[in-house]
Amino acid sequence: MTYEKILFFIFAMSACGGALGVVLAQRVARMAFWLIVSLGSVAGLYFMLHADFVAATQIIIYVGGTLVLLIFGIMLTATGPHVKIQTSPGELVMGAAVGVTLLFLIQGTVRSVDWNKAAIVTSGGEFQQNEGQGYNPTGQGNTIRPLGMALLGLRPDKDLGAPEEAGLSSGYLFPFEIVSIHLLVVLVGASYLARAKQRTRPTV
Amino acid sequence: MGLESYLLVGAVLFVSGVVCMATKRNGIGLLMGVELVLNGANVNFVAFSRYTTLGLDGQIVSLFVIVLAAAEAAVALSIALNFYNNHLTIDVDRGDELKG
Repeated sequence: MTYEKILFFIFAMSACGGALGVVLAQRVARMAFWLIVSLGSVAGLYFMLHADFVAATQIIIYVGGTLVLLIFGIMLTATGPHVKIQTSPGELVMGAAVGVTLLFLIQGTVRSVDWNKAAIVTSGGEFQQNEGQGYNPTGQGNTIRPLGMALLGLRPDKDLGAPEEAGLSSGYLFPFEIVSIHLLVVLVGASYLARAKQRTRPTV
Repeated sequence: MGLESYLLVGAVLFVSGVVCMATKRNGIGLLMGVELVLNGANVNFVAFSRYTTLGLDGQIVSLFVIVLAAAEAAVALSIALNFYNNHLTIDVDRGDELKG
């Protein structure tokens, strides 16, 4: 057992356990707590995959942003203290059966593929020889600079050292701009939808 | 640790999210199921970017997924608030006026 295996075991167990806790918990606030556990340990898994920027973004945006939003939603939509919205037992059994079947299907598919054919050995990456001293290559977890350049449309992580006839790799400048406009529209739309209105009587 | 173990973690997250979306009657609970599904997909993206020739593309796609999930949560939450304003409950089974 190396340290990496132990760490992976801890993070994977708490990610899966948190996800199961979200499914099994009956109160929404406890679901939110288990979701925090699950998302936090997924961020740990990202760190183990040498994706440091994605892991930091996961913590900042998911755990710090989206979950706070969800907890505000729980607060604002709270019903009375004795009202519990329960799932009927038949639906629970059916959902569990469907879930177990789906899980067996997916894990059978994952196990039936020989991933070693698709995988390359990442320990000695192609561009590692080109780097000077004091520069952490992408394969070792310093991904902020290559990610930022890729979002600006430049791909030095793919193009450096590549044969010239291969041409330049594509970047992500256009999706980046689309996402920024999308976020603006979403903010305007969300604040328009959630604006305070006069409460109408329930129609049922 | 190989690619396979990360894919299995992603599978567990995905299945939990699907079951959560199918069984919960609370609207906020449905949103949490969606977040779990997107996270399972994200784990797969980052694992493929580490262990195959996908390179940084997988990480960039997972960044886009995180941002779009935040946007989706904001809009869905405002819809849930509207639903609560109209029905005085968050039980999604009560939103059945459109049934024939």
